[in-house]
Amino acid sequence: MITLVLIELQKMFKKWRTYIGIIAIGLLTIIVQLVLYFTGKNFVDAQMRGMEQSFVIVGNLLNGYFIARLILTLLIIHIPFLVVLVGGDLLAGEATAGTYRMILTRPVSRLQVITSKFIAGMLYVIILLAWLAFLSLGVSLIVFGSGPLLSIGSGIVIFAENDILWRFLGAYAFAALSMTTVMFISIVFSSLVENAIGPIVSTMAIIIIFLIVSAIPVDFLQNIKPYLFTTHMSQWNNFFNDEVNYKEIYNSSWILLVHIVGLYAITTYIFIKKDILS
Amino acid sequence: MNSEQVIEVRGLTKKFGNLIAVNNLDLNVYRGDVFGFLGPNGAGKSTTIRMLLSLIKPTSGEMKIFGRSISKDRKEIFSKIGAIVEKPDFYLYLSAYKNLEILGKLSGTDISTKKLMSMLELVGLDKRYKSKVKTFSHGMKQRLGIAQALLHDPELIILDEPTTGLDPQGMKEIRDLIIYLSREKGKTIFLSSHILHEVELISTRMIIINRGTTQVEGTVDELLKTDKIKVTFEIDKIEDALRLVNESSWQNNFKSTSKNEINFELTKNEIAELNKYLIEKGFSVSAIIPVRSLEDFFLKITDGGAK
Ligand SMILES: Nc1ncnc2c1ncn2[C@@H]1O[C@H](COP(=O)(O)OP(=O)(O)OP(=O)(O)O)[C@@H](O)[C@H]1O
Ligand SMILES: [Mg+2]
Repeated sequence: MITLVLIELQKMFKKWRTYIGIIAIGLLTIIVQLVLYFTGKNFVDAQMRGMEQSFVIVGNLLNGYFIARLILTLLIIHIPFLVVLVGGDLLAGEATAGTYRMILTRPVSRLQVITSKFIAGMLYVIILLAWLAFLSLGVSLIVFGSGPLLSIGSGIVIFAENDILWRFLGAYAFAALSMTTVMFISIVFSSLVENAIGPIVSTMAIIIIFLIVSAIPVDFLQNIKPYLFTTHMSQWNNFFNDEVNYKEIYNSSWILLVHIVGLYAITTYIFIKKDILS
Repeated sequence: MNSEQVIEVRGLTKKFGNLIAVNNLDLNVYRGDVFGFLGPNGAGKSTTIRMLLSLIKPTSGEMKIFGRSISKDRKEIFSKIGAIVEKPDFYLYLSAYKNLEILGKLSGTDISTKKLMSMLELVGLDKRYKSKVKTFSHGMKQRLGIAQALLHDPELIILDEPTTGLDPQGMKEIRDLIIYLSREKGKTIFLSSHILHEVELISTRMIIINRGTTQVEGTVDELLKTDKIKVTFEIDKIEDALRLVNESSWQNNFKSTSKNEINFELTKNEIAELNKYLIEKGFSVSAIIPVRSLEDFFLKITDGGAK
């Protein structure tokens, strides 16, 4: 099984599309960092306008944490695009290439093959997020230094330096869960067709439609909102509240987890029964 | 010869909607056979092979390989099979070497660099081992296909039209390789083809299918070698020759005539005798063209199959 996953990763990292996400995240992060490096003081001042009187702020607010938080907010909505680019191709790519015939006539079960694909997909999500964390948090801390985190959400909160890192860990862990859900949706579509374009477009369409639906202030739509996985994907924000609402986080985590397991089970069932005609 | 049955298929049927691609097919392949699986385009060869390798599910029928059911003992069976199904496809963005390495690992054996290179050498691709498969010609992919089928030293080798797209030299190399694998290595080979001549050259037993059903089955010797052969004699003074034939015992072998040709049905020995007889009587025979009845038959169904 480990061999199979390693093979999947090898194949993945020999494909160009795999690097699109990595390069995109790299570029965007660096751009944000550069902009803030030169104009950051104004930016923070603007955020703080009118507050100076009520707070006495000790320390540097334009620090690595602040930048990491900002980049996370800016990029997290775009990461699904990068994830499905790889996920949509994971199975359909084998069909397009005709390589199913080569791998499924070897002494490995279809269950193993599909499972290794899912694991590889999950690892890609983790790699992508780790890369984002490394650049946006790691590099920013080195360049901009540490300090208390100014967090602008429902209100303005300032977290002390020793009260921050775990919030990022939580947020990233939760993001991994959300993005894995997105990844798995694209793999489901990918198992049904012989071309990667369809799954990529369909997955994005679902996410966009769900997001639009939940934004429309109609009673009926607001009532189904809690049942849409996209609603739960933004739960990572919760870690940057003064009072982290663990109940909501658990609840959303469960819902996403059920999605993940369900998507895996359905795809596996279909894939094991399917006639390989490519 | 050992008579252990390697492939046993009973009543195999596959329907695609209304189309019956394979219809109630029986197959018996024994250890050591080079089994020719002949049929025109669309006869159902690849569909049968896909079912044998459990890529697709039969609509009905029973299959056993090495005496076992594929659904139960999949891993053990597949570790002893090497196969090409339809045209050989690889990861185009990986090198020939990397493709083989991956497929080797999937076969459950970590194959040494030396072994991989010797496989590539066997099919004449050792100089291009670093090249991405994307840059390969169809024939080169076909060769790589052979290499991946032999990688894990399988007992049963299933080849779906392995010589399509190869140049004459390449075809001969593959034929020689198959003969070598069968005779020297004792492999069992299941070879699908639409070329009678190819099967005749290397197979021990064969079956001809068309529209998914068996047309002819037997050993190649039975079917081809001891067969009465249709022979065309090209001859001068055709009218005199015809008269002579009709007055002799050769009239029993006479079939038809046209222009400067007379067609007979003869065994191999009789061809030589008749030739001698005609020359002694002062005729000059400019050509003797054999047309085997099986070939005739195959051409007929090939015609039908192309429709
Ligand atoms: N996926 C499919 N859907 C519908 N019909 C199919 C499918 N695959 C094959 N067929 C049909 O099944 C029949 C047998 O096809 P198959 O590919 O097995 O022929 P073949 O003997 O391998 O021919 P060839 O010599 O051209 O490779 C054909 O009539 C073909 O149209
Ligand atoms: Mg075919």
